[in-house]
Amino acid sequence: VASAGAAVQAQAYPLDVARVELLARLVDGLDAPTLQWLSGYAAGLAAAQGGTIRAAPAAEPESAPLATIVHGSQTGNGRRVAEALAAKLAGQGIQARLLRAGEYPLRELARERQLFVVMSTHGDGDPPDDARAFTDYLFGRRAPRLSSLGFAVLALGDSSYPKYCEIGRRIDERLAELGANRLFARVDCDVDFEAGAAQWAARALEILEQARPAPAPARVAMLRPVAVPAPWSRERPFTAELVENQRITIGDGVRDVRHIELSLAGSGLRYEPGDALGVVAENPPQTVESVLRAARLTGGELIERDGERRELAGWLHNGLEITRVTKPLIRKFADRSGSEELAALLRPGNETSLRDFMTRTQLVDLLQRYPVDWDAPALAGTLRQLVPRLYSIASSAKEVGDEVHLTVARLDSGGDDPGRPGAASHFLATRGNAAQVPVYVEPNPRFRLPVDASRDVIMIGPGTGVAPFRGFLQERAATGASGRNWLVFGARHFASDFLYQIEWQRALKRGLLTRLDLAFSRDGGQRAYVQQRIAEAGRELYDWIESGASIYVCGDATRMAPDVHAALVSVIECHGAVPADTARERLDRLGAQGRYLRDVY
Amino acid sequence: MVAPATSPLEKIKAASRRLRGTIIESLAEPVTGALHEDDQQLIKFHGTYQQDNRDLREERRLAKLEPAYSFMIRTRLPGGVCTPAQWLVLDSLAGRYGNGSLRLTSRQAFQLHGVIKRELKETIAAMNAALVDSIAACGDVNRNVLASVNMPESPAHAAVQHWAARLSEHLLPRTRAYHEIWLDGEKVAGGEEAEPIYGPTYLPRKFKAAFAMPPVNDVDVFAHDLGFIAIVEDGQLAGFNLTVGGGLGATHGDPATYPRLADLAGFLTPEQLLPVAEAVVTTQRDFGDRGERKHARLKYTIADRGLDWFKAEIARRSGIALQAARPFAFTSTGDRYGWSEGHDGRWHLALHIESGRVADHGDRRLRSGLARIAAIHRGDFRLTPNQNLVIAGVAAADRWRIDALVAGYGLDGHRSARPIRREALACVALPTCPLAMAEAERYLPAVTSALDELMEKHGLGGEPILFRISGCPNGCSRPYLAEIALVGKAPGRYNLHLGGDRMGLRLNQLYRENLDERGFLDALSPLFAAWARDRRENEAFGEFLHRSGLLASTTPPGSA
Repeated sequence: VASAGAAVQAQAYPLDVARVELLARLVDGLDAPTLQWLSGYAAGLAAAQGGTIRAAPAAEPESAPLATIVHGSQTGNGRRVAEALAAKLAGQGIQARLLRAGEYPLRELARERQLFVVMSTHGDGDPPDDARAFTDYLFGRRAPRLSSLGFAVLALGDSSYPKYCEIGRRIDERLAELGANRLFARVDCDVDFEAGAAQWAARALEILEQARPAPAPARVAMLRPVAVPAPWSRERPFTAELVENQRITIGDGVRDVRHIELSLAGSGLRYEPGDALGVVAENPPQTVESVLRAARLTGGELIERDGERRELAGWLHNGLEITRVTKPLIRKFADRSGSEELAALLRPGNETSLRDFMTRTQLVDLLQRYPVDWDAPALAGTLRQLVPRLYSIASSAKEVGDEVHLTVARLDSGGDDPGRPGAASHFLATRGNAAQVPVYVEPNPRFRLPVDASRDVIMIGPGTGVAPFRGFLQERAATGASGRNWLVFGARHFASDFLYQIEWQRALKRGLLTRLDLAFSRDGGQRAYVQQRIAEAGRELYDWIESGASIYVCGDATRMAPDVHAALVSVIECHGAVPADTARERLDRLGAQGRYLRDVY
Repeated sequence: MVAPATSPLEKIKAASRRLRGTIIESLAEPVTGALHEDDQQLIKFHGTYQQDNRDLREERRLAKLEPAYSFMIRTRLPGGVCTPAQWLVLDSLAGRYGNGSLRLTSRQAFQLHGVIKRELKETIAAMNAALVDSIAACGDVNRNVLASVNMPESPAHAAVQHWAARLSEHLLPRTRAYHEIWLDGEKVAGGEEAEPIYGPTYLPRKFKAAFAMPPVNDVDVFAHDLGFIAIVEDGQLAGFNLTVGGGLGATHGDPATYPRLADLAGFLTPEQLLPVAEAVVTTQRDFGDRGERKHARLKYTIADRGLDWFKAEIARRSGIALQAARPFAFTSTGDRYGWSEGHDGRWHLALHIESGRVADHGDRRLRSGLARIAAIHRGDFRLTPNQNLVIAGVAAADRWRIDALVAGYGLDGHRSARPIRREALACVALPTCPLAMAEAERYLPAVTSALDELMEKHGLGGEPILFRISGCPNGCSRPYLAEIALVGKAPGRYNLHLGGDRMGLRLNQLYRENLDERGFLDALSPLFAAWARDRRENEAFGEFLHRSGLLASTTPPGSA
């Protein structure tokens, strides 16, 4: 047992699976003195049985596991699917190892017999950060022939991005190209992945049961065993009370950003800085009305879906996605309306235009601009299920106790091109005090402060990307971490959207924040972005990295993250006096070591 | 000679390396729109104040944003003389960096409000490029020197203006800090220039000088630390009567502080002016109270030590014995609106600029109109001590063009404004002045209307009355010399002062404290009624209050 709440490792336990799970539940959350008491208690029981304490028998040499489940995931969905499959297999006594893509020993790939890959796609067709080494190896020239490998891929994605499930698709194709045998067809899942994932896992279980060798003593090898289920989940959210909803930007032409405080009192929910909060939101009522008007439907039409029968208006209010458009949705509109414009967007080579189109288009725009006669069932059948929205948590529980804080930008406000209301941002921003907000915690174990509190951290978070770093800083203060903290923040205007300005000033004053670099993109003549500040601070930044600092990036995935990445490569190239390729490799290595972590969306 | 305990500001000055402090570092600090605390004190000596928009404070605090810090820049403009080219530069700076308005102050200077930190240096540099500086416009030094705008009367006016400018130059600090910080001037090694007049810690408190030209006392000459009343004999400037120890600032509820009229100290000839003025300054430098800033003005030094001591000290330091003061007479403090012809055949047009605020509002496009006038005007501008503006030195043939623009842009407010409003003065107060306790400038239109209505009710409509309002007791609008004054105490609450005269010769008295609008109107109503009933012909309100015994005649504190 590594620490309270951590994994129970069960390779050589003299316990069956069920008892391992029980044990995991029992020790979860216990502090060190309690654990010590427990060990004494168990020793006492053993003594009472008259036994003597013997060393556990040496583990028998492990035979290669029958199968490996590899998962790569930014939000945790992939991890959960993989864990669920591993638990099912374990329940059937099937030996399988469960690995994050980032911890997969690449040289073992050639010897692997059955590989199940659960992989999500992010941003512009990118793999999750900690899966980069895995995908680079697989897609690269050094990838081995895999003629004795059987595999299956579950691709996770979000069809509101053009390169939907891209990485899963490429892995699937590449493994086949390397000679591996596709056990069954790839399944692509959208954000409402549960059904597809369950179906895929059932197929995997079926195959492995058939391939199971003669009955053997059950042995579990869970490198990352089943976590104790959180008391609240996406399916069963906790109803949190809103205790503060405060705008933290000023002015009419400026995007409305809210500081939201929710009370988790009584929920038992716990979170770590870096985790996300899932918000089960309702769609804005005026958007529902606009959709109905544009579709020339009343909303009173009864629709049956997923075994539930409700009026269309109700489905649109809290059951179906109407504020994000997906590629399949656009395709349907293209097909039904015969719009050449839409058809063109969907053709290969137009990904950038498609991406731009998708970011500034909602269902109501499609309905208005590409009129088609919709009946209620057809419209409802076209839309995907409304999914919770994830927000990086902006607080540390050590500082704020039972509360959880979020930093939420209202999409329908400010800037040059205020869009239509977003589902959750509108939902949160328009709640009054004591409003009820269904939430759950989505752990993000990849995006964590260094365990060694004396390590320095560099946090790069423009706009609302600064949210987790507020939590980080609170955590570092509460734990008395001795490492230095450097924040790079960017916004449009110093005067109006310098998020949490007063808090950073205080943190600087008390020495908690060692350095704060600022980039404002709409103030005066020069437009500055965070990547420029990174370049300007290159020498010092490089020194920090060399002395062991971890780099965290949070925010926009399409423009900011690649720009910051390139800036970091340049810093290493310039100040480490190495070629660009080497600099890139060093940055990738930092990523693999968990010292370059990104939470981008 | 320095008082044993020194105020914190004395230490800041002493450690500032001749007013440099860490202003350059403060300006470069990107995390805040403010300066380091010590530097906030030091930049005053460079003519700028850090302020914040107090209307926005609470909203910004809740938004976890610091206050909306900005800077007010005050020019040094001896006698309020400004060329059209300078006007145009200041006008464009107000639009580009400021809040879109120019403020003409009661000290004949421009104030630019709302300049943010990262544009402060650019703004000050651009002003200087137009030969307008802001050196010593604020701070514990001699500030902008006032001079009467009484031009039509006499050719001696030019001589008075000349001496005002000479005095301003003579009393400038010698530090190069201003040039280094704002104008990229060469760094002075060590940064410890000699300050022969001020010394390393400058004066204990602000210091104000003014030149009056009888019969107009538009500068309120007795309200200043150092005053000169021009004595013109046979059309020539014979010299000046010297006044010392005036000052208006006070603190609510602290009887040790009070407004004080200057003492008449004697007569001097023009060539004696600079040595005597310097002696006044150095005496105050050495004997002023450096322990308690509320007690540090020259008026307290003289009140505490006596005028005779002070005159002796001046004589000792300057080697000049003052002659007996010569006769003079003031008739009013106000500006004469409209055109008047000068002794040289040139014309001067005095415009009413309410509260000195040059801005565009609806039909009254004062800022645009004055910029248009500046573009064609061949004379100059004079900012008056009453926050008004004189378009000076217009050839008779050019008057029609000025008239057309004045009418077209609504600059002819003096024609229609009621007398009480036309003569009124208001300080800036909220939202930018950090000292303000109540509204002043923004309240002026409403409060003068209310007073006018009340006068109308008593059959006094259209009677001239000198009204001044100030957001705090420091007295930037010189309230203690008005017939009726409101001095801000809290939002919506004022102390009511009554009984000044119309020549700037008598202080008014605190009549009632802490009144809201209803309260001061109710207090004034019976007094107006009595004035309407019992006044003698042309008897001003302040005179009437004294003669009738409605105000007890008292000796103001600190009078010699």
